[in-house]
Amino acid sequence: MSAAHSAGTATTNRHKLRANQLGIVYERDGERIAALEDINLDIKDGEFVCVVGPSGCGKSTLLNVMGGFLSPTRGSVTIDGEPVTGPDQRRILVFQERGVFPWLTVEGNIGFGLSKLSRAERQQRIAHYVQLVRLQGFEHTYPSDLSGGMRQRLQVARALAVNPDILFLDEPFGALDSITRVIMRGELLRIWQTERRTIVFVTHDIDEAVQLADRVVVLSSRPAKIQKVLPIDVSHPRNISSPRYLELRDELLKQIGLAYEI
Amino acid sequence: MSQPKRPRVWEKVFWPVVAAALLLCLWHCGVQWSGTKIFPFPLSVEKGITELMRKHVLWADIGDSLRRVAIGYSVAALTGIPIGLCLGWFPAANQVVNPLLQILRPISPIAWIPVAIVFFGVGDPAAIFLVFLASFFPIVVACVAGVSSVPVIYRRAGRNFGLSDFALLRKIVFPAALPQILIGLRIALGVAWLVVVAGEMIAVDSGLGYLVIDSRNSGKRYDLVVAAMLLIGLIGLALDVAFRRLERVKSVRWGFRDAT
Repeated sequence: MSAAHSAGTATTNRHKLRANQLGIVYERDGERIAALEDINLDIKDGEFVCVVGPSGCGKSTLLNVMGGFLSPTRGSVTIDGEPVTGPDQRRILVFQERGVFPWLTVEGNIGFGLSKLSRAERQQRIAHYVQLVRLQGFEHTYPSDLSGGMRQRLQVARALAVNPDILFLDEPFGALDSITRVIMRGELLRIWQTERRTIVFVTHDIDEAVQLADRVVVLSSRPAKIQKVLPIDVSHPRNISSPRYLELRDELLKQIGLAYEI
Repeated sequence: MSQPKRPRVWEKVFWPVVAAALLLCLWHCGVQWSGTKIFPFPLSVEKGITELMRKHVLWADIGDSLRRVAIGYSVAALTGIPIGLCLGWFPAANQVVNPLLQILRPISPIAWIPVAIVFFGVGDPAAIFLVFLASFFPIVVACVAGVSSVPVIYRRAGRNFGLSDFALLRKIVFPAALPQILIGLRIALGVAWLVVVAGEMIAVDSGLGYLVIDSRNSGKRYDLVVAAMLLIGLIGLALDVAFRRLERVKSVRWGFRDAT
């Protein structure tokens, strides 16, 4: 698909996204609340980065700033050296749930961002992504007749169909049951490995982060700063009972300040 | 095994028929026992209906009532939907207009009859105006509510795919609000049917409402009065059933389910 589509060594060293001294302060009931403080982060092209942190720390805020839905009060986000000023088709935000349009079929949802293409091209693109997220046979089904997992796959397909460089995923599997969640992780990895987009993935699930990410960014509690960036140096497919995996997982739990004995 | 008993098909028809038959019985006995000379027996009403049908005025009256509703209601929908969408879309405009709407809305359209006659004289336009008034407010209010309850997430997704303001309204806000708009349209249709009958009793000299009042005035034909009333009920029911079919259209069906 894109130039970054080089099999094997996934990531080039080129910076795709750079957050520079990012800070967000907003006012609620006359009180000034700092949500993000001095966030500096470089994300490479084709990299899979997970953002974890205590709930309410500002993970979603960070994603919304990167996606152009919120303007930072300090600092800036640049993508390919270009400052982010608003939402853009080149970077799509995927929501936790209810992100798909219930009045459109699977086909209609995937084709939503493709109105500028010719009919034939659009049909071809839709067919490709229906297949990629394994929704064959459901092309004319409405989201209310799909399961939660299928709906999230549909949302990912709709995002990928417009050929974005970056996908921002805001706890995309957070509303799914634990079995579906594990399956969805596998699906997302498979999709990422075939399509090679840059992914920034917010989650509150430590296992999810260690299983998916090239690097995990740990945010502190509010005002959120980057507390730690942990590279996950385990190649895919990851053995989730290997010593290195468990070591990294423990390290993350410790970073977040959770006891890992219950 | 505790399986909830589902009513069988024949039961769904059978019991309502029994209830109706009982009611007719009660009506018949009531007239008999009270010895009233004015209120008709069910059987005379039935004869009244066949008499009305034979005389052909009935079809003209039904046609007139339906035509007035069709025109008044269509104009209300064609103006009310865009106005409601705009008010929902621009909360500032809504704040300005809303108090006015809230004052006008509780005024029964019946109270407008004298004003309608002053404006339009006795005749079709007055009745159509009343139908318009009756349906306009529920439609506008439903559109405003529908638009303002569209989840932010849909708008954000729309923006993310590069939609302009107008495209966002057309491709996101309208379809997302459509189930609520349909509910408003359905309520409006019911009210329109109520009001056309009332309007026809005073403002015009044709239609089902006129039939009711005329049957009473020209010779106290209460069999015809009740016959016309029953027809009004049946046609109202038919309109509602027809409208409900719209809710089953697939692209809006999601909004009429408890789940999702």
